[in-house]
Amino acid sequence: MIESLTALLSPDRVLTGDVHLAAYESDGLTAFRAKPRAVVVPETGQEVVKVVQWCRQHAVPFVARGSGTSLSGGSLPVEEGIVITLNRLNRILEIDPVDRVAVVEPGVINLDVSRAAEPHGLHFAPDPSSQTICTIGGNVAFNSGGAHCLKYGMTSNHVLGMKAVLGSGELVEFGGRSREQVGPDFTGLFCGSEGLFGVGLEFTLRLLPKAECFHTVLVGYHSLEEAGHAVSEIIDSGLLPGALEIMDSLAIEAAEAAVACGYPVGAEAVLIVELEGPAGKVAAERVRLEKVLEATRSFETRVAADPVERMTIWKGRKSAFSAVGRLSPDFIVQDGVVPRNRLGEALRRIGELSAETGLRVANVFHAGDGNLHPLILYDGREEEGLERAEELAGRILEMCVEMGGSITGEHGVGMEKRDYLPGMFSPYDIEVMKRVRTAFDPDKVANPGKMFPGKEAPSLSQSGLHPLEEAGIISRE
Amino acid sequence: MAVSPVSAEEVAEAVKSHPRVCAVGGRTKSALVGRGEELELSQLSGITAYEASDYTVTVKAGTPVEEVAQVLAKKGQYMPFDPLFPQAGATLGGTVASGASGPGRFRYGGLRDFLIGVQFVDGKGELVRSGGRVVKNAAGFDLPKFMVGSMGRFGIMTELTFKVFPQPSESISLKIMCPDHEAAVKRLREISLSRWEADTLDYDPGEKVIWLRFDGPEQQAISQICEEVKGCWPGEVMPADEMEWSVRREVSWAEGMFLVKVPVSLARVILLAEWVDDCGGMVECRVSSGGNVAWLSFGEKALVAVEEFLREQAMTGLILRGERPDGPWLGQRKVDIVSGLVKEALDPDGRFPEI
Repeated sequence: MIESLTALLSPDRVLTGDVHLAAYESDGLTAFRAKPRAVVVPETGQEVVKVVQWCRQHAVPFVARGSGTSLSGGSLPVEEGIVITLNRLNRILEIDPVDRVAVVEPGVINLDVSRAAEPHGLHFAPDPSSQTICTIGGNVAFNSGGAHCLKYGMTSNHVLGMKAVLGSGELVEFGGRSREQVGPDFTGLFCGSEGLFGVGLEFTLRLLPKAECFHTVLVGYHSLEEAGHAVSEIIDSGLLPGALEIMDSLAIEAAEAAVACGYPVGAEAVLIVELEGPAGKVAAERVRLEKVLEATRSFETRVAADPVERMTIWKGRKSAFSAVGRLSPDFIVQDGVVPRNRLGEALRRIGELSAETGLRVANVFHAGDGNLHPLILYDGREEEGLERAEELAGRILEMCVEMGGSITGEHGVGMEKRDYLPGMFSPYDIEVMKRVRTAFDPDKVANPGKMFPGKEAPSLSQSGLHPLEEAGIISRE
Repeated sequence: MAVSPVSAEEVAEAVKSHPRVCAVGGRTKSALVGRGEELELSQLSGITAYEASDYTVTVKAGTPVEEVAQVLAKKGQYMPFDPLFPQAGATLGGTVASGASGPGRFRYGGLRDFLIGVQFVDGKGELVRSGGRVVKNAAGFDLPKFMVGSMGRFGIMTELTFKVFPQPSESISLKIMCPDHEAAVKRLREISLSRWEADTLDYDPGEKVIWLRFDGPEQQAISQICEEVKGCWPGEVMPADEMEWSVRREVSWAEGMFLVKVPVSLARVILLAEWVDDCGGMVECRVSSGGNVAWLSFGEKALVAVEEFLREQAMTGLILRGERPDGPWLGQRKVDIVSGLVKEALDPDGRFPEI
């Protein structure tokens, strides 16, 4: 059967050797592995269409993937299915400074869009931590986030239109270049569908002007609760910061060891606040922010005087995830969301759960939008090490749902959290989602087994950092 | 006799018991009301939850826009997507169903960027939830976004959750006189690309005037930006009346029988403006959101000309007001196979109006 697939592309772009297949067995969530039947390497959209149609015709499931940085196991292969790797569809087809859009293929790396838009004073706002390596196709499929979602939204808010091949083999176009449209928003529905509808082949992205200036402040607190309280005060003052981030002592300790970021000594928590916008506005907001922060129980406040100091502040924050690898042989990270006004309570409960289970938990999170990132430290070589960590992760997710939040803010459900979806949605809600999915992919060939609760996942516990993580290229955020 | 459910459960019951139903709110976009038993949602009204410190508000679908705006204003917050027709009695359900964002959507985005959760009744008469009540959420399919502009054809919304923002306390409005459409579009482009971060950016091709507003924490901060704008086009920038925005929000400038929304892109605004000129006063036009949407108002006599122009230019228009027997669409209409299949998935018995 594979011969007929090989005939569609050149033989050197249909990989079936064990060495090749091994490289695609896993993604950013290394706890799961599955061996595909073949990996195909299309170079054009038409080739992707042919492969998808072949898959439908032969009832062979497929998973499309870019750089494989998914933290929810979203690009995990289906056992004996096809992996369609999209990295060669990496053309930026157009940067239009008049309409302020970029038209790109799915294999384009996130940061490359901003780089290409930079000469026009524009940028692509979604900035997941893996932005130097993750691709737009994956960002769209999983509706990726980043540190600036409160003010500017997630990936889906920045996708205006797309061309896609559906699981049915149908080629469709949704949306367009305008920021407004009429009729139901199919583009919005496709974003975050986790590859269950089909494969996006071309995306029209909204570009925004770069802010004129930034005002970045690092504040040290003696307790996590005080830092959380400061966030509430900032929000209540009417400010709308571009970023509001908190790290706890364990995360700070890791970041210090890794990149010597020089955060305030003795801090149990640090808060990073960043204002951005036209100089005059930022100057006015800065005064307001200073007043708010003075009234909190901070013990040290540092203001970045120039772009270099700003980068130093962010360096500690951005390195936190891979740095935690220094504290523990293994860790897993969750990205549940709680309503912001219950952040303090959520952190307290995570602390209690950590004490109860004897597993250390480092907290680094997007405080502005209530998006937690508890990093659960464990040793995969210990018996049931991973199982215990997963159990704690599950209890944290249940807590998020109980508080009226979400099991995922930006990583997606994927393989990892599919059993928790029923905590958020009724059986009928899920049935409706499945009916909608069938409209796009009647035979369920597109990324089956993800998002919806299902059979036992192909699992193989593994120990240690992901090789790319070790090299400092990706991080689990 | 219209049916007036007071709860989501009653909406579900009404859908089950009628073979053809159509939701109606404040009737401010009357052309979108389809055939079938009318479900009058004005009784399904009220704010269910408002968490100011979370930037979220949950409302029943029939809640008037104005009521929500007033409650938010008490806490210094607002709906950045700037819903249309607040004084005329528009409801939030109708606003989402019609996709009616206003001039303020220029800064932070439209309805699709602020609707984060929805409860609706599907064509089987069952209640469905999608999205959530927190500002960041990636769990499950994004049916809330799909509901924006869905015109009650796929489901009847009963409850909506929005992200809201703190409202800047100060604002200054300006108008810029332009010599011609070409110069105007060049300026729209420059302002859109600038670091000034205008909050609204409209263009009236008839008068050749650009309208814009800057919001901020202090008068001084925004007047500094306004001075920069004046410096760019000396003698052509003037202070503008703040009331202008309420005229635009109500679309009260539109005198024609028909009101049509046409998504455009800035690159095509000149072409559109020149065509409006050629119509010799038969068609009124306002361009909004930095050249991303055009509003056309005209009488019955111009209907054929508008239809032809839109079709020739491969543009699509949605009629919000005006009687037309063959549905609310004008110009080119892309309907692919998947629209019908999603319709079948959500409304298998065809209880809601056709798409």
